[in-house]
Amino acid sequence: MTEEFMPPIVRAAGLTKQVFAGTTPLTILQDVSLEIARGEAVAILGASGSGKTTLLALLAGLDVPTAGTVHIDGTDLFALDEDGRARLRRDRVGFVFQSFQLLPALTALENVMLPLELAGKSDAKERAADWLERVGLGPRLTHYPRQLSGGEQQRVAVARAFAADPSVLFADEPTGNLDSATGEEIISLMFELNRGARTTLLLVTHDEVLAQRCARRIRLAAGRLTNDERR
Amino acid sequence: MNGADLGVTAVVRLAMRMLARDWRAGEQRLLALALIVAVGSVTTVAFFADRVGRSLTSEASQLLGADLVIVSDKPIADRFVQTAQRAGLSATQAVRFPSMTQFAGRTLLTEVKAIAPGYPLRGKLRIRSSEAGPNFEPGRIPSPGEVWVDDRLRRRLDLKIGSLVGLGGREFTVAALVSEEPESSAGFINLGPRLMMNETDLPSTGLIQSGSRVSYRLFVAGSVPAIASFRDFAAQAVGPGQRVEDIRDARPEIKSALERAERFLGLSALMTVILAGVAVALAARRYLQRHLDACAIMRCLGAGQMLILALHVLQFMMIGLIAGAVGCAVGFACQFVLAMVLAPVVSVTLPAPGLRPLAQGMVAGFVMLLGFALPPLIALKKVPTLRVLRRDLGAPNPTGLSAYLLGGAAIAGLVLWQAQELRLGLYVLGGVLGTAAACAVLTLLVLRLLSSLGRSAGLNWRFGLANLRRHRAGSIVQVTALGLGLMALILLTLVRAELLDNWRNSLPADAPNRFLVNIQPDQLPEITQFFAANGVAPPRLFPMVRGRLVEINGKPVSSRDYVEDRARRLVDREFNLSWSQSMQPDNSIVAGRWFDSGDAGKAVLSVEEGIGKSIGVKVGDSVTYDIAGSRLTAQVVSLRKVAWDTFRVNFFVVAPPGVLEKFPASYVTSLHLPASRSVLMDDLVKRFPNLLVIDVAAILAQVQRMMNQVVKAIEFVFLFSIAAGLLVLFAALSSTHDEREFDAAVMRTLGASGRQLRAVQAAEFALIGALAGLLAAIGATAIGYVLADKVLNLPYTINPWVWLAGLLIGAVGVTVAGLLGTAKVLRTPPMQVFRASA
Repeated sequence: MTEEFMPPIVRAAGLTKQVFAGTTPLTILQDVSLEIARGEAVAILGASGSGKTTLLALLAGLDVPTAGTVHIDGTDLFALDEDGRARLRRDRVGFVFQSFQLLPALTALENVMLPLELAGKSDAKERAADWLERVGLGPRLTHYPRQLSGGEQQRVAVARAFAADPSVLFADEPTGNLDSATGEEIISLMFELNRGARTTLLLVTHDEVLAQRCARRIRLAAGRLTNDERR
Repeated sequence: MNGADLGVTAVVRLAMRMLARDWRAGEQRLLALALIVAVGSVTTVAFFADRVGRSLTSEASQLLGADLVIVSDKPIADRFVQTAQRAGLSATQAVRFPSMTQFAGRTLLTEVKAIAPGYPLRGKLRIRSSEAGPNFEPGRIPSPGEVWVDDRLRRRLDLKIGSLVGLGGREFTVAALVSEEPESSAGFINLGPRLMMNETDLPSTGLIQSGSRVSYRLFVAGSVPAIASFRDFAAQAVGPGQRVEDIRDARPEIKSALERAERFLGLSALMTVILAGVAVALAARRYLQRHLDACAIMRCLGAGQMLILALHVLQFMMIGLIAGAVGCAVGFACQFVLAMVLAPVVSVTLPAPGLRPLAQGMVAGFVMLLGFALPPLIALKKVPTLRVLRRDLGAPNPTGLSAYLLGGAAIAGLVLWQAQELRLGLYVLGGVLGTAAACAVLTLLVLRLLSSLGRSAGLNWRFGLANLRRHRAGSIVQVTALGLGLMALILLTLVRAELLDNWRNSLPADAPNRFLVNIQPDQLPEITQFFAANGVAPPRLFPMVRGRLVEINGKPVSSRDYVEDRARRLVDREFNLSWSQSMQPDNSIVAGRWFDSGDAGKAVLSVEEGIGKSIGVKVGDSVTYDIAGSRLTAQVVSLRKVAWDTFRVNFFVVAPPGVLEKFPASYVTSLHLPASRSVLMDDLVKRFPNLLVIDVAAILAQVQRMMNQVVKAIEFVFLFSIAAGLLVLFAALSSTHDEREFDAAVMRTLGASGRQLRAVQAAEFALIGALAGLLAAIGATAIGYVLADKVLNLPYTINPWVWLAGLLIGAVGVTVAGLLGTAKVLRTPPMQVFRASA
């Protein structure tokens, strides 16, 4: 069976998110439905305030929608409780953030070990060291985030995301805090690792050039899905 | 639960690894230090109570010659001795009675004590075998046919070693001079010259006839629990004419001194517990703030709420265990130091340290840790995962009042437990809460006020104020914590020194050591003259009327109405009543009012608080005394607390002038006589043979010695409180360190010079320091006043200079400490700060 005939890894239906500013409802995301196939690389594009980060948060179960459903690998995210969603993330989902989100008290190695330790992997240290080696930080295992440059911190974050062997990798403006050359490096690294691991990649960005590297691009404007194009 | 996937051992192992990482990063050090100080202090004080406290009591027992004495007007039944021996207690008996001693045709009323082997069980008996010879402990009692006499008897009858004295139908050889003996001043029984003989000689003297005034005594000593259970037995078993005495019943002075010592120590332990609690709270708050992101990331990486909670609770438990163990070790070591400090003054060997204080310290540590750490931890598990995307999003509010309720309750519980006395605990707790509330409210007001005034101030002040306003919650927490820390330090330094001095001054070196009893009114001028002629300032003479309590509120009273031994004795014997317009300086009114000039001649009384409680008399009751056959009914208008440890003459019952004058009165006084002039009393008694001289020099020396050793112990224990106070200051300053660092980085980026940054920060620190210092000084003097007045019964005058000192110390101290603490902030390149907080 080829991937095309497999059920989608991510399926969202009628996703809507409203927040209240005082008593006035504000719709951030309106009735978004989409399916993402296994192994796809998808960019979610849009201007600031278009709702792309909210969409990512909902797809990853970091936030709950006002209406609509999200299935990851056939599991209804919002039928689970917070802990159920946490467990699902632990087993299937990886993240790379714009602001890296490394723990300042931990070394690079320990940061990468953390998700493996949370999953109770006994070889956490070896696997973490291996992934850091693969992102080119082999000699810097014992360095703390503050001792690393932005690009190096994001490499640690990438290693952490891939180390747990996720089915889907969510990346929120992964190059937003980096200069273009470093950003390019990180993106290349992510795509390269993605190819090797056959992970599904969901990338939120406003960078058209970066988006061009993805086979599929979804555009949002004012909380609505306006365009879904494939190469 | 998600953590269940990991298994218990895996969770514990992960928690240990996380603890090691956090520790390395310095996240837990403040918390651990605060716990170590708290546990160390509680343990040390508990050890003090356990060991030194027991030794003080046994030191006091020396005066009694035993741990417990049964006094009886008839021979003591064998079952008392047998019960004591079965309980493993040592026991010996003595018989005491007054008798005439004859020598060379002269006779003198003497207090005879016939003793049995083993006497004394506690304390020292020291004799010398010639007038100028060295003192030594004989290790035996007088041999049959021998007597030992004291210096008063020797001087009054001109006895020599070898003199033959007559006692009843026999003659005895004076074999030694008694220099020091226990019981010599326990109770006001030391009426005259004393003589000691062997009990086996007693029948041959023929002195004990039926109807003789004889006091039989059973002395008992042994381990604390065995004594306690024997006391319970004896209290039940004694019949009419018998009573059980231990040192606390026997000596109100010792009791008073011991109670004050315990209160002082309790106070310092309380302050330490409260301060350490504040430090733990600050440390936990900071820990929470710094771990919000980490928890959000962990949740993002798939950790469930319960796993996050379990990991953190486990970490805290481990910190509690480790810090607790270190604290216990510190406490254990410190009690050795304490024992060393006290060694020169504690003449008895300290009992071995028990395990209970260690348990006490651990419990205190854990209650504090969980009280203050659990609420933030529970908040921590609720961190929204979305925080990884939106930093500004919903930090759970750990600074809210509700989060500290559990901690507050835990501290309150600990304080009341440590205080062991509700009143002391409540006063300290009230003072601390009051200061905390005042700090919070006034900080808010001052920030408001200054924000309107501050617009016209210079750049540095404007920025400093703006910073304080912007971090309003942080500023309030900071000023409050600084205020509490400084308050404790001021209380423990300035106020404590004054309180301890006042205590010591209440018993100066020239405190009265002789009581003169039974002075007749017509002798007053002659006695005054006698003192003046001998170069001694004539002491104040107090009138005294003896009366028996017969009715309370019109109802006849009898000793049978009372269960308590002391109350029975009080009702059975005659009370000493006196009159005075002014209250003695060592008395204080606890209920009702002292007499005013309009009370002269009115039938009103002031009653000592303790006796009022024992016999069930309160303000407003009427009491009737039978005085020399006439009845006097009077209303109780006040209850007084009397500081018995001042050794001044005091009375249980006092009337205003014009009430008791019509009854036959004698006079009583107390005075200080240096050892070199003790012969003066012999001359006095020779001239006025009816006078009774009571020598309390030994007990006075005892109380002074105890006081000095206790003051040393207290000063030592206060070091913990000071450490805790400094820790709080440090914690308070670090609580805003991160914000300060970030602000400085932003200002640096905008081109602010190091000097400008320092000036802004100095303005900020000076302001919060001055505010906290002033409030702290006011709080400390208020607590000091209340403690002195209500708990310690010492005079205390509020000194407003302390407030100015508090303000200055606060402003300067906090500015200097704050600038030192943030010096690194100024040297850190802004980008590093931004990167670390990105």
